[in-house]
Amino acid sequence: MSRGTRLLAGLVLTLALAAPAAFAQQPPSRPQVSDPAQQGFVPADKLPQQEPIPAAPLVAFAYAFVWIVVFGYLWSIWRRLGTVEREIQAVSKRVTSGGRG
Amino acid sequence: MLNEGLSARSPKPKAKMNRLYPLLLLVAAAMFAYAPFMILAAPYESTMGLIQKIFYFHAPVAMTMFVSAFVCGIASAIFLFGGRLGADRVAMAAAELTSILGLIVLVTGPMWARKAWGVWWQWDARLTSTLVLWLIFQAYLLLRRFGGPGSDRLAAGVALFGMANVPFVYWSVNVWRTVHPTTTVVPSLQPGMRGPFWYCFLAFVLLYVSVLGVRTRLEKRRAELEALYLAVEE
Amino acid sequence: MRFVETVWLVTRKDLLIEARSKEILYTTLFFAVSCVLVFAFGFVREGRPLGDAAAGILWIAIAFSGTLALGRAFERERQSETLRALMMSPIDRPALYVGKLCGVLILLAAVELIVVPLVGLMFQAPLFAHPVLMIGLLLTGTVGFAAVGTLFAAMLVRARSRDVLLPVLLYPITIPVIIAGVRGTAALLQAEVDEPMARAWLSMLVFFDVVFVTLALWTFEPVMTE
Repeated sequence: MSRGTRLLAGLVLTLALAAPAAFAQQPPSRPQVSDPAQQGFVPADKLPQQEPIPAAPLVAFAYAFVWIVVFGYLWSIWRRLGTVEREIQAVSKRVTSGGRG
Repeated sequence: MLNEGLSARSPKPKAKMNRLYPLLLLVAAAMFAYAPFMILAAPYESTMGLIQKIFYFHAPVAMTMFVSAFVCGIASAIFLFGGRLGADRVAMAAAELTSILGLIVLVTGPMWARKAWGVWWQWDARLTSTLVLWLIFQAYLLLRRFGGPGSDRLAAGVALFGMANVPFVYWSVNVWRTVHPTTTVVPSLQPGMRGPFWYCFLAFVLLYVSVLGVRTRLEKRRAELEALYLAVEE
Repeated sequence: MRFVETVWLVTRKDLLIEARSKEILYTTLFFAVSCVLVFAFGFVREGRPLGDAAAGILWIAIAFSGTLALGRAFERERQSETLRALMMSPIDRPALYVGKLCGVLILLAAVELIVVPLVGLMFQAPLFAHPVLMIGLLLTGTVGFAAVGTLFAAMLVRARSRDVLLPVLLYPITIPVIIAGVRGTAALLQAEVDEPMARAWLSMLVFFDVVFVTLALWTFEPVMTE
């Protein structure tokens, strides 16, 4: 099998394994029932109130994420720029100080 | 902060531009320092409460991402059809920025969705098309990194498709019935919310322009380094 | 008309070469069938396939086998350096692109001729209850996919890591086409057939086709020129 076909077969396999996840919808959240109704079912008019998801940690994390990514990216550019500038200094010294040839 | 290096041959206007970017960055930073106060002072949204405050970063970043995708696409077109190498450097920088901005949108969005819709993710038109847009620019970056020689032109072609995708992403909420808020939200913002929103958008635009400038400069310096290496070979 | 002539010449060349060995046709066909089987086994519960699976599996099989066929077709060009020869000849670049596109389309049509009935059979899906709409969806979806695929496959002929880069580039851009195809087909396979919905998706596909083919024609020459 050529390398290309092998790669593709691997991709198909991986995607085939992952496909059910992609097709899945989020399952509807089930109501919390404290006593499992094993003896008999008790009908109810409304679903019992669920624990509300706290908003503050989500908001905090969202903003924190933005800052982390922005600073991280700026730092990454700064670092890369520094490396390139250093290399330019080094190579241009070689060019100016002794021309080979 | 950014030393001029050996660009003795670069014309004066470019040098002035290079001083502009750190300045813009400082202005943006100052704006961001003040932003939390504005955001906290803004009124709560009646149905969503506190979680809606993510909007003041999520939506401006998304809008900036669209702008960035356009910048990349237009620069790619100029490079492809006009042959201007400078445009290719801008395109590379813009693509990387689009990817970063997209990452922010795709993480802050689900944070909001978890509370507002009960789920982290939905395969609706807006979310799916935004993810697709992000993937297109990831493909651009992968191509530039691993495609070998000639991948600059190929990537420019990809960027054009990416740019064509943006209107689709934008209009998707209006065409399809989705859970995501439609495009009427921003024009119809109440004064209390309008202020912080456009303020944050301006801050992000300034940040974007300054980072684009710096990142483009990195590409330029890399190209100069390549040229120097070639000069050494001779 | 020189344009149509050139397109026909390029397409005919590709078809003739393929007709001799039929290598790409057979291998792509086999791959498409295996694809359908793999997904079928993945989506079968208690011996019966899941409801909406047919539409999705059909289009995924088309997408995967299409990618394979594109890769192979242009690999052949690369090995004989014929693409460069074509580029050096004084023919209209858009005509070259359209010619290659037609060749790919004919190949994919042959594959779909087998795969579509197969999917219908395996998933008991009435794929031929609305033949006009179904064929319309298949045609426009395949054109959209192949239009982008031909451009990128041609672009990548001289690139490094081209095997893996073709799917990387192709899938994000053609996801909207696949989604439209799947949703349109699913609308036709539902218990209560939703024809207006299928027609809406069909018009969406036409829109994609126009945009993609236009973009491809526009960028083919500058991207292929060294």
